[in-house]
Amino acid sequence: MIKVDNLVKKYGEIAALDGVSFKLNDGEVVGVLGPNGAGKTTLLRILVAFLEPDSGKVEIDGLNINQPLLQQKIKGKIGYLPESAPLYEDMTVTEYLIFVGKMQGIKSDDIYEKLAEVIEKCGLKEKKNAEISTLSKGYRQRTGIAQALIHNPEIIILDEPTTGLDPNQRIEIRDLIMEIGKSKTVILSSHVLSEVQSTCSRVIIINKGKIAADGTPEELENKDGKNKSTIYVEVEKIGNSLLPRLETLEGVNDIKIIENRIIIISDTENDIRKDIARIIIEEEHGLLELVRKQINLEDVFIDLTKE
Amino acid sequence: MNKILTITKKELNSYFNSPLGYIVVSVFLIISGWLFIQTFFVIGQASLRSFFNLLPVLFMFIIPAITMSSWSEEKRSGTIEVLMTFPISAIKVVIAKFFSNFVFLLIMLALTIAIPIMVTNLGAPDSGIIWAGYIGALLLGSVYIAIGLWISSVTKNQIISFLVTAAIIFIFYMVGNSLILDTMPNSVAAVGKFLSFSTHFNSILRGVISLSDIFYYISVIIFFLFLNARAISLKNWK
Repeated sequence: MIKVDNLVKKYGEIAALDGVSFKLNDGEVVGVLGPNGAGKTTLLRILVAFLEPDSGKVEIDGLNINQPLLQQKIKGKIGYLPESAPLYEDMTVTEYLIFVGKMQGIKSDDIYEKLAEVIEKCGLKEKKNAEISTLSKGYRQRTGIAQALIHNPEIIILDEPTTGLDPNQRIEIRDLIMEIGKSKTVILSSHVLSEVQSTCSRVIIINKGKIAADGTPEELENKDGKNKSTIYVEVEKIGNSLLPRLETLEGVNDIKIIENRIIIISDTENDIRKDIARIIIEEEHGLLELVRKQINLEDVFIDLTKE
Repeated sequence: MNKILTITKKELNSYFNSPLGYIVVSVFLIISGWLFIQTFFVIGQASLRSFFNLLPVLFMFIIPAITMSSWSEEKRSGTIEVLMTFPISAIKVVIAKFFSNFVFLLIMLALTIAIPIMVTNLGAPDSGIIWAGYIGALLLGSVYIAIGLWISSVTKNQIISFLVTAAIIFIFYMVGNSLILDTMPNSVAAVGKFLSFSTHFNSILRGVISLSDIFYYISVIIFFLFLNARAISLKNWK
């Protein structure tokens, strides 16, 4: 179990983390979401004891990770892939993974077995003798994930594992993470929402160093306990009488008007699309488009993290 | 201990997998060999004194070329984040880095073996003094390595790392020079003389390896390795 208690980390005057607390149970797959500069990387670096928090603490299985005497023991329980997968460019994939394995304390007798396992799991077979500097971004990322897995740690921490990958590579890495998540606790950070939605059982949204939301993707989407939809309407022109009439419709929560587009947040159970269409036609505003979408994590994210 | 050796092996491999290692060794052998031979036959003595006298200045440029990438490159590429999250303490990683540079120095000095062989064939040099000279060179080189590693750990830029290391070594080298010492009051001059690398190196070159010289070199090495460990475990990365 990972217990994070009131972490604060400042860089000069700016607080990268400002009182972050949460608990993770074994086997959870958690996505840490947030805009760039929200404090995701800082949080993960503190979890792997690469950074020390100004205050607050992290406990892994009841052990404080910032205790120097315990640190070696705890570090061995974690597999970590830093942002943009830094690797020793002049080594081959095999050389690198053996180096990491030895550093993680795997005995020489077992190392080739472990190596074969992660190479198989991460799909690195055809590149195992290639020099790392020649690898594509996707293979670099796989090598980085293999490196985090080789000592069979209980906790895997991945900082933006899919950033900079093309859509196919992204799906491959996503499948790999889902596979890993079946047997281990995984914490990954991302700003790609769909990815987190499909891979994670829990989402923590961080904004400006604070936790803005924490729950399953479904919980976050139905924050008020009710399903919400967004209706996008585009008209030729907008008159003054339109807004008051739309506001009177049942189930409407919020209406925003941007130029000639109207965005209506409404309860899903009341389908008001035909009423909206009728009003616009009666007012002769020239209906161009009308679409309803279920509110997704993206809307929640934008709502929570906008300025 | 195994992990220290694992890092050492990896570091040495990376020196000799790139042209840099070979270039540094070749430049050292060519320059030291040439400068030695140039004066050897003029002086006409079967002694390696003039070879060892070259080392404090030659190492000033050769050693920073080896140490400059040790930490700077890890910081620039981000691999330091992988390295420092392995279950190994910062001080052990520092020792491993020191050890790999030390082995490189050892290989480099071993390759100068042709010089003492040639001198022994031409005359009868005092082998005790030659051994003392090599031990002195190893100690001096190790001090330079410790300084170079520390500087490398505080910058991402290899060129800055190289130049600042050379500058610091130069200052420590100069404070023992009699030109400088003569201008200072006696008490300050004594400190300068004690702190200077060259004072201790020259006394070893006379063939006397005193405990105080060894103690001096080892304390300076430990001091800079300690600064190095502190710099990498400050945990203030951004």
